[in-house]
Amino acid sequence: MKVLVCVKQTFDTEAKIELKDGKISDAGINLIINPYDEHAVEGAIQLKEKKVVSEVVVLSAGADKSMDAIRTALAMGADRGILVKQDIAADEYSRAVALAAAIKEENPDLILAGHVAADDGSSQVPTRIAEILGLPHVNVITSVEIADGKATCSSEADGGTQVTEVTLPAVISAQVSWNEPRYPSMKGIMQAKKKPVATVDAVATEDKVKIVEFSLPPAKEAGIKLEDDPDVCAAQLADFIKNTAKAEIKA
Amino acid sequence: MAGTWVFVEQRDGNIRKVTFEMISEAKKFGEEVSAVVFGKGVEALAPEFAKYGADKVYAVDADVFANYNTGAFVAQMAAMIAEFNPNAVLFAHTFGGRDFASRLAQKLEVGLATDAIDLDISAGKGVFTRAIYAGKAISKVEVTTSPILATVRPGVCEVVENAGAGEVVKPAVAATDADVYQVIKEFVPTVSARPDLSEADAVVSGGRGCKGPDGIKLVEELADLLGAGVGGSRASIDSGWLGHELQVGQTGKVVNPNLYIACGISGAIQHLAGMSSSKFITAINTDPEAPIFGVADFGVVGDLFKVVPLLIDELKK
Ligand SMILES: Cc1cc2nc3c(=O)[nH]c(=O)nc-3n(C[C@H](O)[C@H](O)[C@H](O)COP(=O)(O)OP(=O)(O)OC[C@H]3O[C@@H](n4cnc5c(N)ncnc54)[C@H](O)[C@@H]3O)c2cc1C
Ligand SMILES: Nc1ncnc2c1ncn2[C@@H]1O[C@H](COP(=O)(O)O)[C@@H](O)[C@H]1O
Repeated sequence: MKVLVCVKQTFDTEAKIELKDGKISDAGINLIINPYDEHAVEGAIQLKEKKVVSEVVVLSAGADKSMDAIRTALAMGADRGILVKQDIAADEYSRAVALAAAIKEENPDLILAGHVAADDGSSQVPTRIAEILGLPHVNVITSVEIADGKATCSSEADGGTQVTEVTLPAVISAQVSWNEPRYPSMKGIMQAKKKPVATVDAVATEDKVKIVEFSLPPAKEAGIKLEDDPDVCAAQLADFIKNTAKAEIKA
Repeated sequence: MAGTWVFVEQRDGNIRKVTFEMISEAKKFGEEVSAVVFGKGVEALAPEFAKYGADKVYAVDADVFANYNTGAFVAQMAAMIAEFNPNAVLFAHTFGGRDFASRLAQKLEVGLATDAIDLDISAGKGVFTRAIYAGKAISKVEVTTSPILATVRPGVCEVVENAGAGEVVKPAVAATDADVYQVIKEFVPTVSARPDLSEADAVVSGGRGCKGPDGIKLVEELADLLGAGVGGSRASIDSGWLGHELQVGQTGKVVNPNLYIACGISGAIQHLAGMSSSKFITAINTDPEAPIFGVADFGVVGDLFKVVPLLIDELKK
């Protein structure tokens, strides 16, 4: 059984965002694998360790730099990679079309992804890929059991936990509570350099959404910071809660 | 082509507040607004939507819609869009809403703006404001395809009562069991007497500074006094003091309450990503340099084990 994992390269979550010529600047930014995708990679490697799957392929669409995200996943233990060269500004539709075309070539039994990218936070690409490929999908999973050609997933749904069963092949997107991603070992990093990575061009598409503008959120006005005796602090905070925030006291 | 549709988020007839938020917001643009609801016995819910201004209620009642499943819902919505031709369809940015909207968007091969924090659907155009990079930047995007599809973040639009005709329309059932490709084996509701984090008017969160279950108990006591939801930083979730579903932040939930109270939380950028859009932010922290004070409207430099019990007493007065 073959698993394919979609990894997106994103800014480090600590990165300070700045605009340059109306665009988000990547100058001096440390690039990482989207945190959710690390959990998908870890999930795939654990399935391989349990001998449920035999091969883990990582797939990323983006610029040449995205190769670093693929190498990191290979260093964690994935077997080989595919880089789909695409403008990183491509919208969710175009990215899904490009990724789905590469996935179709590979014909995997299971496709894993993160449930959302930490940069533009759209939560669309895995579900779109499933639709293009005509496959079932399950989102925001916190665990999965693979048996008899089926995947049984627990998902973090609104107001509870949902258990969903789908037949394979299927697309499954990860929540961070699924597992704890490993750090690549020194040996893993060395081996990753020798693992094969294929490069293909993205299918030409026309985006369906247009960026009108980027901006930075207005700086927050400095608030009150009170350092005093606990009873004075508590009284003033209570006053703020009741009279400024106008919160209702229930009990 | 006319009108905005709002897809109703409900489970067993319990409608999520975000539905009313979206109906209220859609009314601002002067077009016909319809609520679209799929489920069992959902026709009876129509007056609920009329209260906030729904001109029409498209109610589709069938066993196949008893629980949310992507395949049947997408098949039904795609058929209705082809028949009635709405200008825009809005979904809630929730587990079900974003799943539904994404799969529908791809089936129709159209664009979708997810997690909108502001919307403008006028003159046939749909422009949506989104918080990206965990709220560190804002983008405005136009969905250039038709119908205009978007998911809206819960808590960002105000609920406004506004009587609408609420005329019930009963479209043909277009989905069958053959459209279902996910078997929902089980749904275990989170048992909590407290409001859901994404809908709560107030949220009280505890971090590593709570030091353990005793500190969390104080947080919970304060929350219950305010009828608030309880949340936590990753540190307190990872320590096992609170359930995973209660994490606030970039890799947890994004909350938008009127009041957010951070107790013993340093205010790491990944935590701020989940709560900095709250209307009033307060914080209790022993460290005057804690970054949480940078976003707090009212910060108290102090020991939460001393301040919170006193605060509870003050609020009870
Ligand atoms: C990819 C990624 C994603 C992440 N996602 C999230 C996320 O979604 N949500 C999240 O919260 N974090 C997230 N984090 C973790 C984040 O970086 C911080 O580590 C975390 O938020 C810290 O939690 P904390 O504020 O409770 O703990 P700390 O940073 O340890 O802060 C504890 C605070 O308590 C104060 N304190 C101690 N004793 C007391 C007392 N008696 N009274 C009052 N104050 C006291 C201290 O002064 C300190 O400021 C993420 C990190 C990464 C790398
Ligand atoms: N350019 C990309 N390359 C590879 N995977 C991607 C890309 N964009 C999105 N994905 C996958 O889709 C998930 C959700 O992304 P998004 O829909 O953009 O929020 C990510 O966590 C990735 O697993």
